[in-house]
Amino acid sequence: MASNVLANTWTLTKVRVRLAMRNRTFLFFSLFMPLGFLFFFVMVFSKGDSPWTAFILGSILTMTVMGSFWGLSVQLVTFRETGILRRFRLAPVGAGPMLASSILANYILVVPSAAIEILVTKWGLHMQSWGNLWAMFLLITVGSAAFSAFGLIVASVTNTMQETQVINQIIWTAFLFLSGATVPLARFPHWIQGASLFIPATYLATGLQFAATNLATLSEIATDFVALALGLLVAFEISRQLFRWEPEAKVPGRAKLWVLAALVPFVAFGIYENVAGHRLNRIRQDFQLLDTREAPAPPSDVH
Amino acid sequence: MPEPIIAVEGLFKSYNSNGVIVEAVRGLSFSVQEGEVFGLLGPNGAGKTTTVEILEGMRMPDRGTARVCGLDPEKAGSEFKQKIGAVLQSTSLPDKLRVKEALDLFANFYTSRADTESLLKRFQLEEKRNAFYSHLSGGQKQRLALAMALVNNPQVVFLDEPTAGLDPQVRREIYDIIEELRKDKKTVLITTHYIEEAERLCDRVAIVDHGRIIKIGSPRELKHSSAGTTRIEVRLARPLTNGVLSTLEGVADCRDFEGTYVLHSTLPPRTIVALVKQLEAENNELQSLEMFSPSLEDVFIELTGRRLRD
Ligand SMILES: Nc1ncnc2c1ncn2[C@@H]1O[C@H](COP(=O)(O)OP(=O)(O)OP(=O)(O)O)[C@@H](O)[C@H]1O
Ligand SMILES: [Mg+2]
Repeated sequence: MASNVLANTWTLTKVRVRLAMRNRTFLFFSLFMPLGFLFFFVMVFSKGDSPWTAFILGSILTMTVMGSFWGLSVQLVTFRETGILRRFRLAPVGAGPMLASSILANYILVVPSAAIEILVTKWGLHMQSWGNLWAMFLLITVGSAAFSAFGLIVASVTNTMQETQVINQIIWTAFLFLSGATVPLARFPHWIQGASLFIPATYLATGLQFAATNLATLSEIATDFVALALGLLVAFEISRQLFRWEPEAKVPGRAKLWVLAALVPFVAFGIYENVAGHRLNRIRQDFQLLDTREAPAPPSDVH
Repeated sequence: MPEPIIAVEGLFKSYNSNGVIVEAVRGLSFSVQEGEVFGLLGPNGAGKTTTVEILEGMRMPDRGTARVCGLDPEKAGSEFKQKIGAVLQSTSLPDKLRVKEALDLFANFYTSRADTESLLKRFQLEEKRNAFYSHLSGGQKQRLALAMALVNNPQVVFLDEPTAGLDPQVRREIYDIIEELRKDKKTVLITTHYIEEAERLCDRVAIVDHGRIIKIGSPRELKHSSAGTTRIEVRLARPLTNGVLSTLEGVADCRDFEGTYVLHSTLPPRTIVALVKQLEAENNELQSLEMFSPSLEDVFIELTGRRLRD
């Protein structure tokens, strides 16, 4: 039984990877677009071998990893709406392997994208050091799985593709702009910094930025890792509970409450980090360190 | 008689579609013996898909019992799914999945696996083995769906309108495939609203209307129930006064389906002579006249007062 679940998950994973490789939109969003942003940001905000190059790499890796969220929600809704899922339902495949395989396949595709981004930054854009590769690897792993699972929840609580897109857009914007992935967190007013600690993306973004700039040790990213891992477990289980095979099956109202449960780990971490204050202090300090380490113009001073 | 492989008893199922309750299945009972090709014949919305999908474990009945291969589909455990194969009425596959990949993928889920190479051959999909699903024609997609229904050497095969929307030639190809299943002694439950299909393929047919079975038997038996009458369909230049046609000699019954008059006659030659005379007297003209030997269509008209085709 358990071996069946694993075998089915792996079978589905291989097919999903193959399908994704044949999908031009996917390749564009997961590979070419992040590389485009990478070049653009480094060109505009960083000069030569400035430490900002590594910081920007951290941001781009964050976006690449967070993209899992968008990709998986849309894929699951498409599969459900077009009746693909119900064909699988006929076969002895459970919701678990369907969902787990999408997370796994996505991870298998994110790792090479991230590796290419790191290599391009190091060799093409002359990043000073490799950063903390182990820390990056761990965060990319747990992050891509966690954000995939968040995407699966969105797919589970929306009834149509249109709804999915609207909700994605809202969440994506929050993830992108409040996490420090685009505008460095330390540049925000303090109350936004406090609020950002409730957003999953913040843990990924700050973790990756400081791993890339080599300012974070493995133990320092431990909380980021744990927060994301908890988020992953809760989100996966919720998406499994809410899983629907049929296009016409609608989400029950109480399902939306379940979504709140997915936020519980981050609410808990948010409260803890706000009260303890270590994380924000560290973020501000690290950021100043970057600013002073060498001083080409930081982002907002560029014209 | 041996234990039937499919047994349905007093099945009920209604849907709530935006507050309106639709009673799709209203007390359906039938059973199918192993090796039988059994047809559910009925018009759109009769409840065929609902019934079949309950038997596949895809929908839950409100009331009643269903057993397939001695198991309760409602529990739809892995053991049950290993034993059945199906072509769903509405489903799809990922656009960029190749034909051979689809077969191998699904075969992988089962403990008993058919040889996917020989399935490709049997369903004439060898040339298309590397084609993307989205590049297949309707007939090819349907053949793939049939092949996929057989990847696990199922005991029971459910085919929900396997030929709907296909042109006659492709439909005949699919008939041949189903004939082969019969030769292999597979139990097949097929739904259709094509009369020819039911007559040609099924050992027994249940005529379903409004969620109920209104008649059940072999195509022969069913046709015998309207034996002795020939169906005559006529179109006229101008509508006729009500009821005139049913008074013609030999006419057992006459109905008007949007300008086509459908007569059932026990004495066709006399009826036609009488019809022509009547038309001359009324200064009306015959636009077309067709005669049909008894078919399930007649049974359906007799039982429901409606035609099966849309
Ligand atoms: N998911 C659903 N929600 C609401 N109503 C439904 C649903 N599925 C079917 N119905 C309704 O139930 C009735 C029976 O539908 P069903 O699909 O079983 O008929 P069918 O005999 O298969 O018809 P067709 O020949 O068109 O496939 C129809 O009136 C249909 O509108
Ligand atoms: Mg149907």
